[in-house]
Amino acid sequence: MKRLIASVILGCSSPLAAQTVVITNGTLVLGDGSEPVQGGTVVVRNGRIVAAGTGVSAPAGSEVIDANGKWVTPGIVAGFSRLGLAEVDLGADGSDDTDSGNGPFNAAIDVTPAINPKASTIAVSRADGVTRAVVAPVAGKNIFAGQGAVIDTGDDMDAVLRARAFQFVELGEGGAGIAGGSRATAFVLFRNALREARDLRGRLDGQRRDDVLLTRFDAAALVPVIQGKQLLLVHVERAKDILNVLELRQEFPGLRIALVGASEGWLVADRIAQSGAWVIASALNDLPASFEMLAATQSNIGRMRAAGIKVAIGMIDDNDTRYVRNQRQYAGNLVALGKLPGAAGVSWGEAFAMISSRPAEAVGLGTEIGSLAAGQRGDVVIWSGDPLELSSSPEAVWIDGVRQPLDNHQTKLRDRYRSLERNALPEAYRK
Amino acid sequence: MRRGLGALLAILVVAGCATTPPPKPGSIRINENPYPSTYRPYGGVPTLIRGATIFDGEGGRIDNGSILIADGKVQAVGGADLAGPEGATVIDGQGRYVTPGIIDVHSHLGDYPSPGVQSLSDGNEATSPARPEVWAEHSVWPQDPGFSRALANGGITSLQILPGSANLFGGRSVVLKNVPSRTVQGMKFPGAPYGLKMACGENPKRVYGSKSQMPQTRMGNIAYVRQTWIKAKEYDRKWTKYEKTGGDVPAEDLALDTLRGVLHGKILVHNHCYRADEMAIMIDVAKEFGYKIASFQHGVEAYKIADLLQENGICAALWADWYGFKMESYDGINENIAFVQNAGACTIVHSDDSNGIQRLNQEAAKAVAAGKRAGIDISEATAWTWLSANPAKSLGIFDQTGSLKAGKMADVVLWNGNPFSAYTRPDKVWIDGALLYDSTNPKLRPVSDFELGQPGEGDVK
Repeated sequence: MKRLIASVILGCSSPLAAQTVVITNGTLVLGDGSEPVQGGTVVVRNGRIVAAGTGVSAPAGSEVIDANGKWVTPGIVAGFSRLGLAEVDLGADGSDDTDSGNGPFNAAIDVTPAINPKASTIAVSRADGVTRAVVAPVAGKNIFAGQGAVIDTGDDMDAVLRARAFQFVELGEGGAGIAGGSRATAFVLFRNALREARDLRGRLDGQRRDDVLLTRFDAAALVPVIQGKQLLLVHVERAKDILNVLELRQEFPGLRIALVGASEGWLVADRIAQSGAWVIASALNDLPASFEMLAATQSNIGRMRAAGIKVAIGMIDDNDTRYVRNQRQYAGNLVALGKLPGAAGVSWGEAFAMISSRPAEAVGLGTEIGSLAAGQRGDVVIWSGDPLELSSSPEAVWIDGVRQPLDNHQTKLRDRYRSLERNALPEAYRK
Repeated sequence: MRRGLGALLAILVVAGCATTPPPKPGSIRINENPYPSTYRPYGGVPTLIRGATIFDGEGGRIDNGSILIADGKVQAVGGADLAGPEGATVIDGQGRYVTPGIIDVHSHLGDYPSPGVQSLSDGNEATSPARPEVWAEHSVWPQDPGFSRALANGGITSLQILPGSANLFGGRSVVLKNVPSRTVQGMKFPGAPYGLKMACGENPKRVYGSKSQMPQTRMGNIAYVRQTWIKAKEYDRKWTKYEKTGGDVPAEDLALDTLRGVLHGKILVHNHCYRADEMAIMIDVAKEFGYKIASFQHGVEAYKIADLLQENGICAALWADWYGFKMESYDGINENIAFVQNAGACTIVHSDDSNGIQRLNQEAAKAVAAGKRAGIDISEATAWTWLSANPAKSLGIFDQTGSLKAGKMADVVLWNGNPFSAYTRPDKVWIDGALLYDSTNPKLRPVSDFELGQPGEGDVK
C-alpha cells in the first residue's frame, strides 16, 4: 500500500495525491440542509465521496481516521468572491487582478489566467475550511464584468474547477454609474449587448452591423448567455431592480439568471420565488449603506428562504478578495436570528448548506461540490467543534481527496513571533 | 440660593467690564469646552437581574450573579442573594449573560454615515497633512442609522468618533454616548477628554504623495509630524509665558491649541499605525516632543512589538482577523490580540467599521479562540476587558464607565446567551440606567429620522 502511494506521488505533478480516506465517529454534516448526525462516517476514494452517513462502513484495509465526535463537513464554498484575484487590495497594483477597467474588453474577459493558486488569500481561506470559491471579475468600464470561474483552494497549481462558469453583470447602482449615471442607460446597454450577441450568432458570414458598441470578442462571449448555456449572475440590491432583472427574461427567454446581493429581496420575495431564480445574498447587510439598500435587514435571507427562494450566502463587495472565511460566522449569525423576536433566521442545517451546497447549486455545480453526497468531489473538513461557532477551527482539510497543508504566511508569522525573547540570532532566522 | 448668587456675580462682572481696563495681564484663557455636552440620562426604573453569568469588564466573572441598577448607576453586583428595593423590576437572567456595554474606540459613525454618499462623507479634511484644527464632532450626523444598529445588534453604549486617517494629524475625536439625539452635543459623553487622531504609514503618503505634495514617503510623514510638533512647542511656550507673566496676548491658533492640549496631557493621542517598525518610531517621536500616545489604532503588527507597547503603557486597539487589504496590513495574524494581551499590554478590540461595530463581542471571541490554538488561554471574563474596561481607560472615562462597579454609569447589556457565541444577540441594553433597547419590545428600537417613511422603517435589523 505504501509503495502504491509512493508511485502515485511520483506519477503526479503535484506532491500530494488523493488517498482513500475514511473518517468515522464524526458529528456528520452532509451539507444538504439536513441537521448534523452523530456517529457518522465518510468514505473518500479516488478523490470522490463514496458514501457518507451513519450506516456506512469502512472498506476493508483502508486507513481510518477516528474523528472522536468532532464535526465532519463538506468544505465551505465561497458563494461569491474575488478569491485568488488579489494579493493586496490597495497600493500594490501589480498584485491585484480584480478589475480590468483600463482594458478594451469586458464580457470576453475570463478570470482564469488571473487566478493565482499560490495567493496567500487562498492558503488562508483553505486553513479556515474554505475549499471552493465562486470567483467573479469586477466590472470596469462596462456593466459586463466578464466570465467568472469556480475554483478550489488546494495547494497545487490547478485551481480552476470550472472556467467560464458564468457571466457577471452589474445592473443596480454600480451598473448605473458605469453606464453613464442612470439605470435606464444600464438597461439599454444590457439590451444592446444581447442584441449584438444575437445578431452575431445569426450571421454565418461573421459580418456585423456598423452600429455596434461591443468588440466582436465581447459580443461573442454573450452568445452562450442568450442561449442559456452560460449562467448570468446579476448584481442588484434594490427591490425594483430585482424585478427589472426578472422581467428581462420575458424579453430574452433563454437567460438563466441568478441574483447577487439582493439586500431588499425580502420586499419582493414572492416574485423572486415565482421566478425560480437563485439568490447569492449578502448575509448581514442591515444598514442603508446606499439608497438601493434602504430596507436592508439581517432577516432578508430568512424571509426569502421562508418564501421558498433558493438562497446561498455570498460576499459581494464585502472584502470579497480575502474574508470569505467569515461566511461561517455569518451563517451562524443567521441561526442566531431564530431566537430574536420578529426576526427571520434559518435552521442550522440550512445555514450550513448556504455556505456549502447552495452556492454550488446556484452556479450549476450542485452535483460536483458542496455536499457529502456520493459522487461529489472529496472536499472534507474535520473541525474542532461546531463550524458555525466562533471558537471552532479546521483540524484537517481534504480537497479532491487530498490532505491539505494548513500552514501559511500568517501561521508562520504566528510561530515566529510567539515569543519576543531575544535569541542568539534575529527573528529572521526563525522559520 | 446658589443660582441667585451666580446671577448676581454675573451682573457684577458685566457691570465691571464696562468701566474697568482690559483683563489682568495673562488672564485670558482659551475656552477648552465651547461645545459642551448637553446629554442628560433618560430615566429608568430600578432593575435587578438575577441568575445571570456576569462579566464585570475588569476580568471578574460571577456565575449565577445578580446586578442591581437604579438612578442611572450600578448599585451593586453580587451573587444570588443580592436583593433589590421593593418595586424593582426583576429580570430572570437564567442562561443569559450580563456585561458592561461595549465601548468602541474607533468608529466613524456620523462622520462617514449611512447612506455612504458624498454629501454625507465628512470624515477626512484631506486638504493638508496636518489638520489638528478640525473636530470630528462638527461632522457627526446624529441621524446616522448606524448608531441604532450598533446599539441593538452590538450592545455598544459608548463610542469614540475619530476623523479619518488621510492626514498625519486628522483632528480631534469625540466620545459619545450611544443615545439618539437631535444634536451631537446631546450625545457627547460628559467630561470625556478630547482625543487627537494621528496617522502614520500609507494613507497620508498616498493621499498627499499622489498630489505631489509632502508627504510622499514615510520619511516625509515623520518629518512633517516633527516639524508640526516643533511649531506646537513654540506656540505652547508663548502661551505658557503669557499665562505666567502677561504681556501681549499671543495669537490664537485652533490647530496649535489642540496640539498644546496634547502636550499638556489634556488631549489623548490615538495614533493610526499598522506596522511594528512605524509604531516604534512614533513612540520615539512622542518621547522627543514630550507627549504620550494613549493608543495605537489598528496595530496590525502589534504582536511584533507587544513588549514595547507594554513597557510604554500604550493601548493597542485591534481587529481580530483583518489582513492584506493593503501592504501595511499584510502581516495581520489572528493571534494579534491574544499575543498583545499575553505580553501584558492594554488590549482593545475595535471596529473602524459600521458593520464590525455590530459584532465586537464576536471579534473578541475569535481572538480568544485563536489565542487558545496558539497555547494562550484567555478567559472570557478577561477578554471582556478588551471591550469595555480597556477602551474606557484609553479614552479617559474609566472612572465613569467600562465596568460593572457600584457607582459607575449603568451602561449594561443583557445577552440572550454567551456573548462569545455566534448564536447570541443583545437582549436588552441600558445606558445610564435607561432601557434603550429591548429585543422583545418593538417600541424600544430606535429609528433615525432618515429611516422614517422608508421601506423597512422600524424593522428588526
